[in-house]
Amino acid sequence: MSDKNSQSVSYVRETFLEQSPPPLKEAGVVKWMRENLFSGWANSLLTIVAIYFVVNIIIDVWPWFANGVWNTKSLAECREILQGANAACFSVLQERGNQMLFGIAYPADQYWRPTLGFVLLFIAAGPVLFNKLPKQMLYFSAAYPFLAFWLIWGGTILTPIMIALGLIAGYYAFTNVERLKGFALGVVAGVAAATVCVWLGGFISGALPGLIALEVIPSRDMGGFMLNMILGTICVSLSLPLGILLALGRQSDLPIIKGICVVFIEFIRGVPLITLLFVASVVLAYFFPPGTNLDLILRVIIMITMFSAAYIAEVIRGGLAALPRGQYEAGDSLGLDYAQNMRLIILPQALKISIPGIVNVAVGLFKDTTLVSVISMFDLVGAIRGPILGSTDWTGVYWEAFGFAALLFFVICYGISQYSQWLERQLRTDHR
Amino acid sequence: MAEAQMKISDEVAIEIKNMNKWYGTFHVLRDIDLTVQRGERIVICGPSGSGKSTLIRCINALEEHQAGQITVDGTLLSSDLKNIDTIRKEVGMCFQHFNLFPHLTILENLTLAPIWVRKTPKKEAEETAMHYLGKVKIPDQANKYPGQLSGGQQQRVAIARSLCMKPRIMLFDEPTSALDPEMIKEVLDTMIELAEEGMTMLCVTHEMGFARQVANRVIFMDAGQIVEQNEPEEFFNNPKSERTQLFLSQILGH
Ligand SMILES: Nc1ncnc2c1ncn2[C@@H]1O[C@H](COP(=O)(O)OP(=O)(O)OP(=O)(O)O)[C@@H](O)[C@H]1O
Ligand SMILES: [Mg+2]
Repeated sequence: MSDKNSQSVSYVRETFLEQSPPPLKEAGVVKWMRENLFSGWANSLLTIVAIYFVVNIIIDVWPWFANGVWNTKSLAECREILQGANAACFSVLQERGNQMLFGIAYPADQYWRPTLGFVLLFIAAGPVLFNKLPKQMLYFSAAYPFLAFWLIWGGTILTPIMIALGLIAGYYAFTNVERLKGFALGVVAGVAAATVCVWLGGFISGALPGLIALEVIPSRDMGGFMLNMILGTICVSLSLPLGILLALGRQSDLPIIKGICVVFIEFIRGVPLITLLFVASVVLAYFFPPGTNLDLILRVIIMITMFSAAYIAEVIRGGLAALPRGQYEAGDSLGLDYAQNMRLIILPQALKISIPGIVNVAVGLFKDTTLVSVISMFDLVGAIRGPILGSTDWTGVYWEAFGFAALLFFVICYGISQYSQWLERQLRTDHR
Repeated sequence: MAEAQMKISDEVAIEIKNMNKWYGTFHVLRDIDLTVQRGERIVICGPSGSGKSTLIRCINALEEHQAGQITVDGTLLSSDLKNIDTIRKEVGMCFQHFNLFPHLTILENLTLAPIWVRKTPKKEAEETAMHYLGKVKIPDQANKYPGQLSGGQQQRVAIARSLCMKPRIMLFDEPTSALDPEMIKEVLDTMIELAEEGMTMLCVTHEMGFARQVANRVIFMDAGQIVEQNEPEEFFNNPKSERTQLFLSQILGH
């Protein structure tokens, strides 16, 4: 308290009362248990039954887990060691773990490449997911897709660089033409510039296939959990912007755009994902001119992206509908144009409302990437079901192998879910 | 009252000629003719559903009119997006339910449009924002979110938000009717101050005290038509049409 103040004010409190602690509601474990576990005979009964089940499960599973065998060459050897005891044979993870992670065909001496890509993914995702990190890191995030492509598929580094340059050229063409000639021509100019640059760049990277090159690994050799991660990451990050566009398109006043979006969303939502995947693997080839051999992974990515974009669009539409009309009108009356209004006012609020729904779709999508095993791609589940369980050494290690798969998926999905809850808390500004 | 400042110039701010509007087949506004000089303070009143909100919302193109002409500050309001943008930059609007942006702080609410529409540098926009927050007497709330303010404070922020765009005309659509009685005064005081500075204002309101104090013209609407308009003294003491008399006896009667 400053002197000046205490002179001009007749009474100023100089010493503050000591803060008294808030009343202790949860005083002691016993009280907590009485309130939460044993309040009334019905609750007590339920508690006891639940404890009985949990304890039983632990008693059964723990020795199976703890006595697991880790160092054998086959299931038969395992059984010999265990002599009929109830225990796991984790040797399959030791022996075939790398195949579960990277697929059957990915060359073992190149495992470091997807591993590095996986680690860098976290660095790239950081500044996108947490806005407290320095903004400069976003440059790395922008470069990451190209870097990851080069790491996983290999070839000369010129290929991704040329594609990146093409996109940058397209972006510049778009912004410059859009300012002068309007949005539609801007898009045309952007696409044209990007195509030309990528096409020309193709000659350059074609001429120098050995420049800073990694061993080329074809798409059909991708597999294991790596394939699930590739599909999941790419499809989630593509389907979110696509879903936003579809949702906005569905709300549009322009009948043609609205019509296209409605038909697309309703059609895609009405078809099972498996069907779309079969279309990707077999039928889609008919739509392209003979000779063009669109990469199978690319086709699958297109299908899964379209599928989840349709769902995300509907989730976001719900968020848009939840906003009062006054929010649109306030932006309009301040003179913001449509794009600014959407970007600065409507979408931030609509997306915030939609977070639980979007995360729901994202988690579902990530798990649905295992469906590619039905079109004979050996993702984590496909690799276990096919080559690993199919080999004479390991037929019958269901619990261990699928338990491992479940664990991997659970870690990622639980992480996404925790992140989204954290994000919702961060964005809570309405103080309702 | 600072009468000297509340001068009305000969310059025309808004000119509405023979304007008609329909919602589907429902004819909401019929043959509206209205000329507003720069510096005029107009209060629009009338029974619920008479089209008051619709009328002022047509002026900044939140609603489209189907026939007739609206000219704001010399710009003809048409479906041309450029004209609409020009007009919206010059016309500020305050809504019954404030419509602040709940995801942005008060300061961000105020600087958003100057930064993105007027391309004002951020620092300058923040200075202007603090200036207007000072005017509406809540500069200390700049970093709170709208949800943390009282209704009256929110409406004053909304007024400040419009003022940050330096509009030449302000529209108010029942700015006090969502407020508790003790908060109405603080908002009206802000509006009176604004009027004294010579802002051209169109106010839909049922605050007749406000109308007497600041308005130079009161317009009475019923069933989509302007039934009567006059200076406040004349309007309240000598209403000409029967409908006006009935309306006034209802809202002043109790
Ligand atoms: N979007 C709309 N679609 C159809 N009819 C509408 C729409 N908005 C308003 N109306 C109708 O137009 C008429 C005028 O509405 P307006 O909101 O202008 O009335 P108001 O005079 O502002 O009334 P209040 O004092 O209740 O705000 C009302 O009968 C209303 O039902
Ligand atoms: Mg109204």
